[in-house]
Amino acid sequence: MDWDFIFTASVSYALGAVSVAYCLAAIGLNMQFGYTGLLNFGQAAFLAAAGYGMAVMVTTFDFSFWVGLLVGLLATIALALILGLPTLRLRADYLAIVTIAAAEVVRLIVRSVKFKETLGGSDGLQQFAERFYELSPLSDTFRIKFGPFLFSNQEVWVMIVGWSLVAAFSLITFLLVRSPWGRILKGIREDEDAVRSLGKNVYWYKMQALILGAVMAGFGGFVIGILFNAVSPDIYATALTFSIYTILILGGAARVAGPLLGAILFGFLYQFVDVVLKEAVAADYITFLDSSQTAQVRLILVGVGLMLLMIYRPQGILGDRREIALDAR
Amino acid sequence: MPADTPTSLQAATPRKEAATAALADVAREPGAAKPDPVLVADGVVRRFGGLTAVNVDHIEVQRGAITALIGPNGAGKTTFFNLLTGFDKPDEGTWSFNDKPLNGVSPYKVARMGMVRTFQLTKVLSKLTVIENMRLGATGQRGERILFGLIPPLWKNQERTITERADDLLARFKLDAKRGDFAGSLSGGQRKLLEMARALMVEPELVMLDEPMAGVNPALTQSLLGHVKDLREQGMTVLFVEHDMDMVRDISDWVIVMAQGAVIAEGPPLEVMADQRVIDAYLGAHHDLSLAEIVEEEGIDAPELLSTDAPPSTPKDAS
Repeated sequence: MDWDFIFTASVSYALGAVSVAYCLAAIGLNMQFGYTGLLNFGQAAFLAAAGYGMAVMVTTFDFSFWVGLLVGLLATIALALILGLPTLRLRADYLAIVTIAAAEVVRLIVRSVKFKETLGGSDGLQQFAERFYELSPLSDTFRIKFGPFLFSNQEVWVMIVGWSLVAAFSLITFLLVRSPWGRILKGIREDEDAVRSLGKNVYWYKMQALILGAVMAGFGGFVIGILFNAVSPDIYATALTFSIYTILILGGAARVAGPLLGAILFGFLYQFVDVVLKEAVAADYITFLDSSQTAQVRLILVGVGLMLLMIYRPQGILGDRREIALDAR
Repeated sequence: MPADTPTSLQAATPRKEAATAALADVAREPGAAKPDPVLVADGVVRRFGGLTAVNVDHIEVQRGAITALIGPNGAGKTTFFNLLTGFDKPDEGTWSFNDKPLNGVSPYKVARMGMVRTFQLTKVLSKLTVIENMRLGATGQRGERILFGLIPPLWKNQERTITERADDLLARFKLDAKRGDFAGSLSGGQRKLLEMARALMVEPELVMLDEPMAGVNPALTQSLLGHVKDLREQGMTVLFVEHDMDMVRDISDWVIVMAQGAVIAEGPPLEVMADQRVIDAYLGAHHDLSLAEIVEEEGIDAPELLSTDAPPSTPKDAS
């Protein structure tokens, strides 16, 4: 087994553009779940709404890339409003049920045969991000060499923009959760009736948190779409949402740096497991799997990992055990 | 600072005397009109399926007084509280605060109008520190708007003013030592104190306390009593739900008694507690007799009992 190869493969994945997208989605989820306590199990749908909003405008309707971005954002906000208006008045569990169902509805609609002309069916949509890459200041021959791996000029450009967005959103989160606005969100997470009794419009604050988190996740959707220059429906399955939850809880919910640490660590482990398994299969250490099955095994391990985290370290890496213990009183 | 020493329990204070004088001529009957009502409710009915939990014809709460709302378990006191503060919606009825109608007004707007409540099961925000709990109570914070919140210089000054006020209140409620602790680490009594102090951050005109003494140890009870009286001394009106009769007698200027959803009696505490209807509602009509005596009494006086219109021991016949 080539440990150098395994290590560099994992690190390059952890720092790559896919990690960026997951990180942005987790920052959004942190605002919703970590600080406000909104059980949003449909984060994948917000990424899909943004990605598809952009792709449809550019490929099907021939608008510019910028119109695509704008429509993607509006689609994300619209989805948040549609989900939030009826459910945010109700108990938290309703939002969980509605969002997990809505995410599947969104995925099934975009992959349906009926709308294949517009939305591309199960093949999705391609070739809409050229304008983004034209903006790159990097020359066509620019490469970053990392062990046996090369980051192309295109991926580096996505990474630069993507990690800048991560920095910007982390800063916004940092400022907001220390403000009186963030105090209300945290109050709502603890007991919304108490916050209501103090004269705060709880419903409106929950809506703001849901929309803000959705928009941040939407940028994650843009990053994935632009990176592959394609959107396809099955990326946005429920597994994506649970990976985002795993990232958030691994890093530490309600911690500004939680999603960042979680995304990098998750990306590293996710790739590490896959490469190790592939290498082991190739070297005949493991005989009951073939190399095409390793991707499924790592999804199983994500599930097991999420369970172990919730049992043994619900506060994540950056969390404070004492805070979690307060709930037990 | 007089606020540091809650007024002693027996002392008659100017506000106490004013409230007593204002209520002296008020009729001792359910729904009595008050000289200066801050809260008025008419025909408020709340049904849960076939059960009518609240059915209040008319009620007025005198401004600047401490009014107790008492009644046996299941009398509908807390439900009535929820209705008045917008946390529950009645099937019928109107009610107003300072002559402003409150029908269909959301709880947060009710609070902003100056009518702030606490809860029977204390609702402190466990993972926020004590001082953050207090700060949350202040109204009209600029930093509570999302775009303002992003820019600290826009709200830092106001935050300092709010913090000073919060620290004063914490000192008065003897919670200043706990300032930086998570609210979830406080004891039950301290939570009650924190909830009351936090409600005061809203600067209410009417404070509604739902069982402020429930689960509080006797040592803290005295201090809580003092704080409730202090509210009146500072010009606030207090309406509270309580089971503890000693406390009701001790601090209230006026008592409203509910039973089975309706108001059955009103009056100053001592008079109300001597009222036969109240004693019956609380303890049952034969509370002072043993079972043997009741049987014996009924055996002897059976013809006489049957001849009365509504013998209390056989309520079914009355209807």
